[in-house]
Amino acid sequence: MSEQSAASAPEMTGAQSLVKSLENAGVDTIFGIPGGAILPAYDPLMDSTQIRHILVRHEQAGGHAAQGYAAATGKVGVCMATSGPGATNLVTPLADAHMDSVPLVAVTGQVGAAMIGTDAFQEADIRGITMPVTKHNFLVTDPADIPRTIAEAFHIASTGRPGPVLVDVAKSALQAMTSFDWPTGINLPGYRPVTRPHSKQIREAVKLILEARRPVLYVGGGVIRSDAHRELLRLAEFTGMPVVTTLMARGAFPDSHPQHLGMPGMHGTVAAVAGLQKSDLMISLGARFDDRVTGNLDSFAPNALVIHADIDPAEIGKNRHADVPIVGDAKEVINELLALLTAQADAGHTGDYEAWVAFLAGVKKKYALGYDAPTDGSLAPQYVIERLSAIAGPEAVYCSGVGQHQMWAAQFVQYENPRTWINSGGLGTMGFSVPSAMGAKVGRPDATVWSIDGDGCFQMTNQELATCAIEGIPIKVAIINNESLGMVRQWQTLFYNSRYSNTDLHSKRIPDFVKLADAYGCVGLSCDSPGDVDATINKAMEINDVPVVVDFRVHRDAMVWPMVAAGTSNDDIKYARDLAPDFDEDDL
Amino acid sequence: MTDKHTLSVLVENKPGVLARIAGLFSRRGYNIDSLAVGPTEHPEISRMTIVVDVESSPMEQVVKQLNKLVEVIKIVELDPTNSVSRELMMVKVRADTETRGQVLDTVQLFRAKVVDVAPDAVTIQITGNSAKLADFLRILEPFGIRELVQSGMVGIGRGSRSITERTIRPVPVAVPAPPAAVVV
Repeated sequence: MSEQSAASAPEMTGAQSLVKSLENAGVDTIFGIPGGAILPAYDPLMDSTQIRHILVRHEQAGGHAAQGYAAATGKVGVCMATSGPGATNLVTPLADAHMDSVPLVAVTGQVGAAMIGTDAFQEADIRGITMPVTKHNFLVTDPADIPRTIAEAFHIASTGRPGPVLVDVAKSALQAMTSFDWPTGINLPGYRPVTRPHSKQIREAVKLILEARRPVLYVGGGVIRSDAHRELLRLAEFTGMPVVTTLMARGAFPDSHPQHLGMPGMHGTVAAVAGLQKSDLMISLGARFDDRVTGNLDSFAPNALVIHADIDPAEIGKNRHADVPIVGDAKEVINELLALLTAQADAGHTGDYEAWVAFLAGVKKKYALGYDAPTDGSLAPQYVIERLSAIAGPEAVYCSGVGQHQMWAAQFVQYENPRTWINSGGLGTMGFSVPSAMGAKVGRPDATVWSIDGDGCFQMTNQELATCAIEGIPIKVAIINNESLGMVRQWQTLFYNSRYSNTDLHSKRIPDFVKLADAYGCVGLSCDSPGDVDATINKAMEINDVPVVVDFRVHRDAMVWPMVAAGTSNDDIKYARDLAPDFDEDDL
Repeated sequence: MTDKHTLSVLVENKPGVLARIAGLFSRRGYNIDSLAVGPTEHPEISRMTIVVDVESSPMEQVVKQLNKLVEVIKIVELDPTNSVSRELMMVKVRADTETRGQVLDTVQLFRAKVVDVAPDAVTIQITGNSAKLADFLRILEPFGIRELVQSGMVGIGRGSRSITERTIRPVPVAVPAPPAAVVV
């Protein structure tokens, strides 16, 4: 494919070829840790003026940092590790990126080609191990294959449905001499993602949209990945259709917009759940009918026809039959829908959703998100997050771990912009917050980046505070400290007769998060009363030279509401314990 | 039997492809009845014939998931009425001077072939579809089957059309230009 002849291609080591290939692919940041098998690559990496290598403290965090970087910027995140344990530590972030469609390239060292298969020191078959959790992966043993493989890896990671690609490079290939030959074209005969929707499907979709009386735009993370938020806003405003944004799509549509019903699903708003459940037409854009959204599938939106647009054909019809399947990129799909809807409107054909919109507005008002403040004067976790949102504002980036704090952060932060909410949605990886915030801050150094973390999650990856402090990555961490594995505890409260088996972390006693922050060269703050919340957040906002950790010591019995219990119908949503909404359906 | 589907899958002839496909079937809970791989008329392409038992999962999902694998180039479901499929079996049957004649009659009836003879056994090679092979075994059973080995099914469509001819044409995608600072 290359126009350059091998004779004129410069001679260099495989390691130099790897670094040059990464530079050619546009890489400016790598999160990684060196080790035996990848060592040859770290030597020329030291000389690269284009690539900043950030030495993390654990490979898993390097992977999550690359995810945070990718999610915040839209670029491909890159992480690097050595063979064996270095590589296996990347399995969790790879699986996470695979579930949440994050463009990621992981480069790992492998033992020398002659040693592969001998159970050599630090050997692990990382290509075999990561096959189920990557979009694709490669093992390179011939140094001449390095440039083409890296070009293909970035192409696969960033196009179609984005995802993680692992490139495992044998140490012998890094050490051998080779000629550097950057390809001008890629030929992957089995990889041709369809981005342009079929016009017949668009016509069918528009027909249903105009006929519907209770349509809803069911927006998923694909809209953010495809940078289609502006197009979405136009489509929504042009048609007047209500919008729900899934956990992965928070920020794809402004929370302040009157057509926005909020997040659907297990901990979604009553209005968003009702909006899906009682619709007669669901227009799914880059969403995948995850069980946390649909609840019991058989009773999910029983009267709705489904238009399902996704760039991954395998998502369409996987969980729910699609009446109009559309394969394509979210941005192109929305543009095509909008063009045809505009033409139809010019011809006098528009949808009539007035009664539906009014009904949902009533539900939204009647069952607005809320919480009960603790009566003992202690701190409500929801209040902390509400104030954080109000003070840090919609331009800040919020990264969360997994659990109660994640749901509260999805509910009570007001998102107005895409790529400002970064979390582990599909895999549900505890410990995601601090490293992903680190990566997001590196990608967007001018933005305020808040890690909203739980005390359980924080203790899984807080070692990266050292990286942040040393590398000058001043993230801000809000630990929502309820001294327990809160979401598990909530389920124990609800479904296991309040028998709290192994969920008490005692983290108001051990560790001392303020001292821990101090030990890591960060500023540590603590807050345990509602009256101090604003002052504490303001103080954290003023510190921009080092990372800040705030220990918000909150009431431990707070629960996430609304809730659709796992496996039950969305119709059985409770907006507080034992309280089910009463829809006045005569209005419909 | 009616829930079985035969897929012809063209894949890039690269290491690890079989593991990828086998892994996909196992982790998504699809049942493989039989799988056979071999080269094609194009050295860079291998062809798999996969017989899938689809009772548990819709065929469309199986094909879509297979298509997501980067090294899978093309998938064609073979229509049983418009394709030919064969399996190869070798079976070692007890046969002494008394019973050998009857065994050989069976061989003749099924147009099978004796590939090895010993004083107390014969080894028979037979090709056919799974129904024929099953019938053959049923007839041989009373004589005593000592050992048998069977290949996966291979299948091909009838007529002059080829599923490979239009798949190898390259459709290259341009690589984005390196950042300005990088001089190759």
